Amino acid sequence: MRATTPTQDLIRGIWKENPVLVQLLGLCPALAVTNTVANSLAMGIATFFVLVGSSLLVSMFKKVIPHEVRISAYILIIATFVTIADLVLAAVVPLIHKELGAFIALIVVNCMILGRQEAFASKRPIGRSLLDAVGTGTGFMIAMLMMGTFREVLGNGSILGISLFGDGFEPWVIFILPPGGFLTLGFILLAFGWWQERKLESIRVRQWPHGVATPSREEAA
Amino acid sequence: MKELPQVADDPRAELEPGGGPPGGPPQPPERPPTSSARLITTLATAGALAGLVIVLVFGWANPRIQAYRAMVLREAIQEVLHSPESVQTWYVVDGALSETPPAGADTITAEKVHLGMDGDGQPIGYAITGQEPGFQDFILVIFGYDPDAGRVLAMKVLESKETPGLGDKIYKDSAFVAEFEQAASPLEGVKIGAGTGSENEVDMITGATISSRTVIGIINHRIEALEPVLSSADPAATAASATGAGGAPKPGESGS
Repeated sequence: MRATTPTQDLIRGIWKENPVLVQLLGLCPALAVTNTVANSLAMGIATFFVLVGSSLLVSMFKKVIPHEVRISAYILIIATFVTIADLVLAAVVPLIHKELGAFIALIVVNCMILGRQEAFASKRPIGRSLLDAVGTGTGFMIAMLMMGTFREVLGNGSILGISLFGDGFEPWVIFILPPGGFLTLGFILLAFGWWQERKLESIRVRQWPHGVATPSREEAA
Repeated sequence: MKELPQVADDPRAELEPGGGPPGGPPQPPERPPTSSARLITTLATAGALAGLVIVLVFGWANPRIQAYRAMVLREAIQEVLHSPESVQTWYVVDGALSETPPAGADTITAEKVHLGMDGDGQPIGYAITGQEPGFQDFILVIFGYDPDAGRVLAMKVLESKETPGLGDKIYKDSAFVAEFEQAASPLEGVKIGAGTGSENEVDMITGATISSRTVIGIINHRIEALEPVLSSADPAATAASATGAGGAPKPGESGS
């Protein structure tokens, strides 16, 4: 196990270990509420807020929380932040809150958030945990926006409700329906995997022109 | 043979309890059990603090949420009664209309109808809300109803969590919403193309049968329950008594 630098803690979650695109965590909201850019953004911001707040508190109180009840304590902290996010969204942006429906409350069971608490925030200093949460939260938001843009442009011909193609465009409705979420995620993961594969291949050719060794993910980065 | 990048040496992969921070002092594999009293105290304290925070945020958010709901309701009444000149709120107390809510009930939860009137003070109809479980969750519907003609004026879904793309057509499909305009009570849901042209037929949505049926059911049940109340109350008299002698606006009245 290698120690990481603060910069690595921050940027790793954004792209290299993106929670949705690489770790395949938090797929439920990524599939369910990314039918428009506005919904994706609101969900991304709410999840970011919950993740950063929970990581901060879990890291602050890691010595106080007994080992036996740590998961219950994490869930309690996460659920509190989710309830706050739910109320604030309902008060400030009621229309988006209505669109997101039950998925705001379901942030509680987003395994990406609980995973960061258990694997990182409960064992690291506060600063590191915050950096990690900000990075992971940003990565989640990027993935959500990729999905949301792709789906809204194809499925509704618009971005943030602004029509792009005029009346001549026949929206590809399937992309804002649930199956479109799976298709979009599949296409994005395909592109992401292809890009990673190419990167590994180029390193392999450069470093081991005659061999078969496979570079690890760290060497590839 | 290609190998996937290994993640075993990733700090994220350390999920076993007792794993220390990288480079930190190794922790003993077995820790002494914490006393039950401490476990309970910790969780109880955390729960109490969480509750306190939520109450504070709720105190801030709730007035805004209620204000928004009231605004949505006002707009919906305008919509389903086709922009009445003024609207009065009447409470249903013991099978009759009353200006004040029944004793012990507050103005928000008490059963009520909204009477809309045109410029001459003539009643247009009542806006009535109702909710029943749909496919996912409760569907909250408001509709305009003219008891004299026995017709639904218009329908609007206020709250629903129906399936996106299917059940949510009960408010996104304007053709379905338009079916309720001037439909005769009691409504009867029919499959598209299976209607006989009768005025109480509403074409249901293909793929959203349960949601469509729920909306139709809510309207029929509410009319059935309120019909005796509304027909016994003479709208012209109620309107006159509210706007008549004295001239002071009644508590439930809200001009548009």
